[in-house]
Amino acid sequence: MHELAICQALISQVESIAKDNAACSVASITLGLGPLSGVEEHLLRHAYPVASAGTIAEGAELNIQSAPIRVRCSECGKESDARPNRLLCGFCESWRTRLISGDELMLVQLELDKPETPASEKLTQFN
Amino acid sequence: MCDTCGCNITKGNEHLISAGGKLEKTQSGREAVTVLHSLLHENDHTAQHNREHFNAHGVIAINLMSSPGAGKTALLEATIKALGDEYGIAVIEGDLETENDAERIRQHGVTAIQITTGSACHLDAHMVHDALHQLDLADLDIVFIENVGNLVCPASFDLGQHRNVVLLSVPEGDDKPAKYPVMFRTAGIVLLSKSDLLPVLDDFSPERAEGYIRKLANPAQLIQTSAKTGAGMPGWLNWLRESIEENRVALQDAPGLPGHHHHHHHDESMVVAAQEPVARGPGQTRV
Repeated sequence: MHELAICQALISQVESIAKDNAACSVASITLGLGPLSGVEEHLLRHAYPVASAGTIAEGAELNIQSAPIRVRCSECGKESDARPNRLLCGFCESWRTRLISGDELMLVQLELDKPETPASEKLTQFN
Repeated sequence: MCDTCGCNITKGNEHLISAGGKLEKTQSGREAVTVLHSLLHENDHTAQHNREHFNAHGVIAINLMSSPGAGKTALLEATIKALGDEYGIAVIEGDLETENDAERIRQHGVTAIQITTGSACHLDAHMVHDALHQLDLADLDIVFIENVGNLVCPASFDLGQHRNVVLLSVPEGDDKPAKYPVMFRTAGIVLLSKSDLLPVLDDFSPERAEGYIRKLANPAQLIQTSAKTGAGMPGWLNWLRESIEENRVALQDAPGLPGHHHHHHHDESMVVAAQEPVARGPGQTRV
């Protein structure tokens, strides 16, 4: 399974962000994971302790937010919910749809513990 | 999706980061860092690097995926026989163990680089990058990347390819696209391989297979092929020639690449579209 490889990629990103922000530990990691990402939540949860052992991310709480599968129809223009193997428009049944949510595989947010950080400081980085 | 312009904020995740969303507030004394990076950021970055390397030499890279034993190597052998005089071809072979497939390809006079992944169930962009160091792209037109036989993991990793080809062999059954939607969503073309077995395995319905592909909102063409009898090969070779031509035209229109001779505004949209990771949608129009 490739969840361990994905977990290792996650840890390497977390380590680099923690270092850039001079954090001493990572309190929590929030991921966005869509059903069409190809990654299974429970396998990722199993892989996480192995991948994070001995890193700054060891012991961090892993929050996984699942995004709904949504499609936009190219024929009738409407948006509807869909299933992984049935991405048809919920209104007109057309297969000419575009996925607008549900394939996310994303590191959304980190909560970092920092030595002598002023409380409630919020740092946002989009890079 | 890219990580710079905010286009990775989707309907599915925007509630997480908008004001008052679950993640906006943080416990006191802690610092919340909003990241919004793909978990495969590093892989995607290397994949893009690979793609630029292919583009700089005007080479099309084609990622072949299927379950083990669906006939990827046999398809390549038949393809090399048919197109070897017309195009410069090389193959990157991914397997857990052995050089067997690479040796089969080399017997046709074509360069083959074997990547043995050990226990890894998929190729990633870094492995392909390493293989590219052993490959001289100067005289090539097509690089086939034969992925590890697996209908699950390879779908998640962009390698830097321009097209995805997925083989579904007749003995596997026609409902594989319904069972492995992540893989079959990415297919730019689906080859129903070992079609010479259709008369024997008559519970396989090509129409049903097509129905399952359409249910994944994938417009990909399906072709019944048999590397053994040669059936369906003309359709597949046509698709290859068309893809090579489309890729050349796209490269000519893209700025900063060889063959580019004019600047115009829709160049930009093409370059942005080219950055969309292949595993996140049908990989038809990548440069």
